[in-house]
Amino acid sequence: MADVRILTGNEAAALGVKLCRPGVVAAYPITPQSQLAEILSRYVEGGEMRAEYVRVEGEHSALTVCISASTVGARTFTATSSNGLLYMHEQLHWTAGSRLPVVMCVVNRGIGAPWSIFNDQQDSLAQRDTGWIQIYCRNNQEIIDTIIQAYRIAESVYIPVMVCYDGFVLSHTMMPVDIPDGDMVRGFLPPYKPHTILSPEAPRTINSVLFPWRRANPEGVLCDGYMEMRFKLEAAMREARSGIQKASDDFARVFDRDHGGLVWTYRSEGAELLFSGMGSIANEATVASDLLREEGIPAGVLGVRVYRPFPRERVIEEARGAKALMVLQKGVSYGYEGCLTSDLKAALYESTLRIPVVDVVAGLGGRDVKAREIAEAGREAWKSLQAGKLTNRSLWLNCDTGEDHAE
Amino acid sequence: MQNNIFKINETEYILPGSRACQGCGLTLAYRHMLKALRENTVLTIPASCLCVLHGIYPITPVTVPCLNTTFASTAASAAGIAAGLAAMNKTDITVVAMAGDGSTYDMGIQALSGAAERNTDFIYVCYDNEGYMNTGTQRSSATPMGALTTTTPILTKEHSKKDFIRIMEAHELPYLATTSPSYPIDLYDKFVKAKRIKGTRYMHIYSPCPPGWMFPTKDTIRVGQLAVETGIVVLFEIEDGKFRFTGRSKTLAERGKKQPLVNYVSRQGRFRKMSIEQLNRLQAWVDARWNDYLRRAEG
Amino acid sequence: MPARGEAGRTGDWRDLKPVIDHKKCIPSVKNRSACYLCWLYCPEGVVKMSIPVEIDMDYCKGCGICAEECPPNAIRMVREGESDG
Repeated sequence: MADVRILTGNEAAALGVKLCRPGVVAAYPITPQSQLAEILSRYVEGGEMRAEYVRVEGEHSALTVCISASTVGARTFTATSSNGLLYMHEQLHWTAGSRLPVVMCVVNRGIGAPWSIFNDQQDSLAQRDTGWIQIYCRNNQEIIDTIIQAYRIAESVYIPVMVCYDGFVLSHTMMPVDIPDGDMVRGFLPPYKPHTILSPEAPRTINSVLFPWRRANPEGVLCDGYMEMRFKLEAAMREARSGIQKASDDFARVFDRDHGGLVWTYRSEGAELLFSGMGSIANEATVASDLLREEGIPAGVLGVRVYRPFPRERVIEEARGAKALMVLQKGVSYGYEGCLTSDLKAALYESTLRIPVVDVVAGLGGRDVKAREIAEAGREAWKSLQAGKLTNRSLWLNCDTGEDHAE
Repeated sequence: MQNNIFKINETEYILPGSRACQGCGLTLAYRHMLKALRENTVLTIPASCLCVLHGIYPITPVTVPCLNTTFASTAASAAGIAAGLAAMNKTDITVVAMAGDGSTYDMGIQALSGAAERNTDFIYVCYDNEGYMNTGTQRSSATPMGALTTTTPILTKEHSKKDFIRIMEAHELPYLATTSPSYPIDLYDKFVKAKRIKGTRYMHIYSPCPPGWMFPTKDTIRVGQLAVETGIVVLFEIEDGKFRFTGRSKTLAERGKKQPLVNYVSRQGRFRKMSIEQLNRLQAWVDARWNDYLRRAEG
Repeated sequence: MPARGEAGRTGDWRDLKPVIDHKKCIPSVKNRSACYLCWLYCPEGVVKMSIPVEIDMDYCKGCGICAEECPPNAIRMVREGESDG
């Protein structure tokens, strides 16, 4: 029996966490995540959720608490945004290197300087090298569902998972959400089994210094060196692609909702002008595609749901029929181009597809991105393409760059 | 003292052949601390001399479980262990965070203050060798005024040692104590007591360091004793707000006379460039604090 | 995994080694458990509370604390390679 409520993204996330029953929650408030932290503390103090809630004094400590609590065997959760995520950056590497299944919500927000409290994705995009799985949600339903999938994924591959959703655009916007049944969630999530437990029952020193070379243990067995351990993380990341797809498919079977797995597509059949993006901006691109299709421009969307591990095979599959790719992202790797653009180009390079890729930086610091603006950019690109003049270039959407708009 | 030696738990929790320096004050303190805390203990430590003592993967000389963490986060790591154990209903295990002065006074102060303010159920141990010794004896805010370090190599450290004990006192802890490996039985007793108390307990170990303080390795005990004899280190405990001298400091307070500070600084090469003015300032500070403690012990 | 000798045979670090004169060492003289300050103050825990007192020379680092603190001066630090006499 469906339990549909009208919820903000933060409310949906909090309910998702409650359903997954973590033993330890540690969070520090930051706009636009704060309501998520508040609702969770209300659950705990009101007795609805049995967890140790550690009201830490900073984000670095928030993730540290999750790391060590996870190491003694508890399921953990934290959430943050923007500069808070940056503050815990070294601990992101520590979590992944420790192979701990921490789940964190990142409520995407632009980074200072200068200050912005509004949405963009630079915060999580800038963490793509840390060894965390990154999943971007399109809507509030996907938020609650993805948190549940995230624990299943994290605890099977021992890689931490970042569930990202756009600040204010999703976190504070109300949408209908069908709440999964608690018993069904419990059935979907087996209890957490740590790979190494910190306990007097098996005394060991965990995460000590490693030499550059491999070293034998007291029994003479040659153990992994630092590089082997790092290789194992990368190997696990690659393996995780199928694990993530499977979790998504299993979820779809049990809860009758399919968010696509690694990627999702919209009107990609015959789409020659293919948009790509992550999160709510990709959703806007579906509306833009509808507008363009009405004008006879064959547009569609390749939504990247999982950014790391990067779904290179699925991308190559879905981009097969495209004649031009227009990548929308709320972030940029300064000195080069949008992060998603580079990754998509690199993936295409492994195929025979050689098409123009337009790098669109949009929505930084919460700059509004309207479907009709995306459609206009698509229209211009299509015209250039038809005239044989479309080349790889960067375009900052709806931004005063001091240049002529028409290029 | 002869009788008391035999009450010490005979088990060794640090197997021989560790990577620590010859004559290391930390090693001796840690040895007796673990004897007091025993097997039912979980430690967390940052990058530090202690981390090196704990060995290079996959071997450790320490027979008690230990989790390494980053430099700023020791107390938060302990808070996570305490929360995790509570979530799993395993509340009989002693949780210990142990960090050097660098990781306590400087980068780790935020996490420690936060954990203490929340009265996290753990023992925080600061082993104070008065500098970033593991990385090559650079200065920390725990370095005393007038000391040479590799980052105060010519002019000596300009500022006073941060009075960290007072900062921890401000957190209204159930138990706070100062210790020294030169007085191992006093140290042992305090850790045995701390183990039984709930809430945040802060333990300070004044840890002589031969290479950093520049004295011969055989003098570790002597230098630590001179610290207490001159009053620059005071052995005491504060339990539920009540101040009590202990051990040699108690004897000195009741009937002894402090030695002049010059007896302590002259044994250490790190003070060879200390000016008379700095020494006098430090002596005045030691004297004022001693009198303050005498007043507190009476009241 | 806990084991001895994590840093190798740390006895190799020594320039000076401790040599005990059991005619002066208090537990040997009294033939009962007594003193053992060398055991108390040894950072490495390589002194055995036995009669006579024994030091594990595989792992003694030669810091000299035991010799310095021994009340009857029963321990001398002697150059490695020189005879104990």
